[in-house]
Amino acid sequence: MGMTITEAILAKHAKRASVSPGENVWCDVDVLMTHDVCGPGTIGVFEQEFGRDAKVWDPAKVVIVPDHYIFTADPKAHRNIALLRDFAKRQGLRYFYDADFVDADAPGVPAPYADPAKTSYRGVCHSALPQNGHTRPGEILLGTDSHTCTHGAFGEFATGIGNTEGGFVMGTGRLWLRVPPSMKFVFHGRMPDYLMGKDLILHVIGEIGFDGATYRAMEFAGEALASLNMDERCTICNMAIEAGGKNGVIEPDDVTIQYVEQRKQSDAPGYEVVRSAPDANYEAVYEFDASALEPTVAQPHCPDRRAKAKDLGDVKLDRAYIGSCTGGKTADFLAAARVLAGRTVAVETFIVPATTEVDMDLDRCKVNGKSLREIFQDAGCRIGPASCAACLGGPQDTFGRANEPINVVATTNRNFPGRMGHKEAGVYLASPLTAAAGAVAGRIADPRDYLS
Amino acid sequence: MDCVIRGNVFVVGDNIDTDQIIPAEYLSYNPADAGERKYFGRYAMSGVPTAQSGLPEGNVPFIEGESFTSQFAVIVGGTNFGCGSSREHAPLAIAEAGCRIVIAESYARIFYRNSINGGYLAPLEPARRLCETIATGNEVEVDLDAGVLRDLTAGAEYTLKPLGDAAEILRAGGVFNFARQVGMLK
Repeated sequence: MGMTITEAILAKHAKRASVSPGENVWCDVDVLMTHDVCGPGTIGVFEQEFGRDAKVWDPAKVVIVPDHYIFTADPKAHRNIALLRDFAKRQGLRYFYDADFVDADAPGVPAPYADPAKTSYRGVCHSALPQNGHTRPGEILLGTDSHTCTHGAFGEFATGIGNTEGGFVMGTGRLWLRVPPSMKFVFHGRMPDYLMGKDLILHVIGEIGFDGATYRAMEFAGEALASLNMDERCTICNMAIEAGGKNGVIEPDDVTIQYVEQRKQSDAPGYEVVRSAPDANYEAVYEFDASALEPTVAQPHCPDRRAKAKDLGDVKLDRAYIGSCTGGKTADFLAAARVLAGRTVAVETFIVPATTEVDMDLDRCKVNGKSLREIFQDAGCRIGPASCAACLGGPQDTFGRANEPINVVATTNRNFPGRMGHKEAGVYLASPLTAAAGAVAGRIADPRDYLS
Repeated sequence: MDCVIRGNVFVVGDNIDTDQIIPAEYLSYNPADAGERKYFGRYAMSGVPTAQSGLPEGNVPFIEGESFTSQFAVIVGGTNFGCGSSREHAPLAIAEAGCRIVIAESYARIFYRNSINGGYLAPLEPARRLCETIATGNEVEVDLDAGVLRDLTAGAEYTLKPLGDAAEILRAGGVFNFARQVGMLK
């Protein structure tokens, strides 16, 4: 019997002819990513276990992306960036996307980058890694962040690990991984223009439950999926963890290869495209007709509390939030602009580009002659600098954080109690189209009512 | 880790995610700094909504006031314990608070791996759901070798599933110690 893409990648990296679900195998790692929240702890483990003078296994393969707590007055957050800076310098890391505008000794909230094109800072790791050429088909990418599963969109095995495991990989370039059984999710039919990747994944999570894919690989396929760009595919794999998935993965196609080739670094290693065998074994196969799905929302306080946007018209909103690695990419803002162009928001609306590249796209991308930034400003939105910002709450002074028990429609990934700040704030997860419709309506709304 | 742990039990429900175990606002503390590490103990389980904190009645804080450690030695939870983020600060916070045993119906995989690989706590699973059976504050005894949880207050005994291969890593004190013991690391 043939292997799934997940099994085939793990087998290759374990130097084995084949592997089966349930086996524990030691794998060589291609890229290790860490950031400002888990980096200090990971470095702490690395230095404690291998020694202060030890060198990481490969300075071109450890990528550090400060992104979580950047625009805050919390001095410990600034200290953590300085700690990463010192480590990257001592180790000679080739890819450290420093928040170079943060002076660790200066009090207060750092002034953001003046020009997104002239900073080493990139913003949210899960959008920055692909944009900067660190995601390649057939590889293994581990990150000290649960949403590392995002990168399976590029046909690689990617999953989140802890600090101890991160420290182990830093020193050895290896880690034991249990081969997960695979589940397949096929989206047939044509993708309607009022649906987004977010609707598809929220539908799946609602279908199988919040722990429905625990320790499983979630492989996505089908005609509707193939029509999506890389931003949209990232949204789908990004939320595999919200069903408990170990990894989300999509077989590479021309769209993938074109993206990867455009972005690859000059020193990039070659990569080998891996696919699922026709006779590969799946624990379960779910099939959906994408053309029959409707704009979908996850209600508080769990990503599997699925509802149709059109059925939640009674839910009054206090805020809309469009941002994060899940819903703050260029494709997400292009979608939001379809609803917000020429309209005014009824509730305070926060726009947070995931990365500095997306920030630049807010000026570069135009709809009917107006830039995305102009459209959002004219609609009355507040636009912040690139970072994780309020997706995970963070320090009290974080841009867009829900410090009161309010209702928020958000394009982010989680709506646990307190995730965006206040424990009693109600977070409704939705696509950028649905979030923008909600911003205009002041209540949960179906974006079809706002698209011509 | 001792083979028999005795103390009071703290009970929570299903889907206790890592934001409830250690809210994101405290993640700027550096766990590698001994002076800062203890703060993870102080804020352990502080994100659990008050009404669900310490079932069945709720309104029981895991950490009293300004303390750095908990009066509870064992946590009992429902399904999908530790879901959400990969933050190792979650099992670390519970362990810093002095609690080395969690008995939940099921776990999210990253929390499970972190608990074992970091050597923080034993993520045990009961043979049947217990979070509606055992009451917060009861005195319990966990016998790791025998694989049982005894509710001394209620006079009941429950079977725990074996940890399997993970037990060796935990017994060694985490994945680094284990790797050295088996000769994988020098």
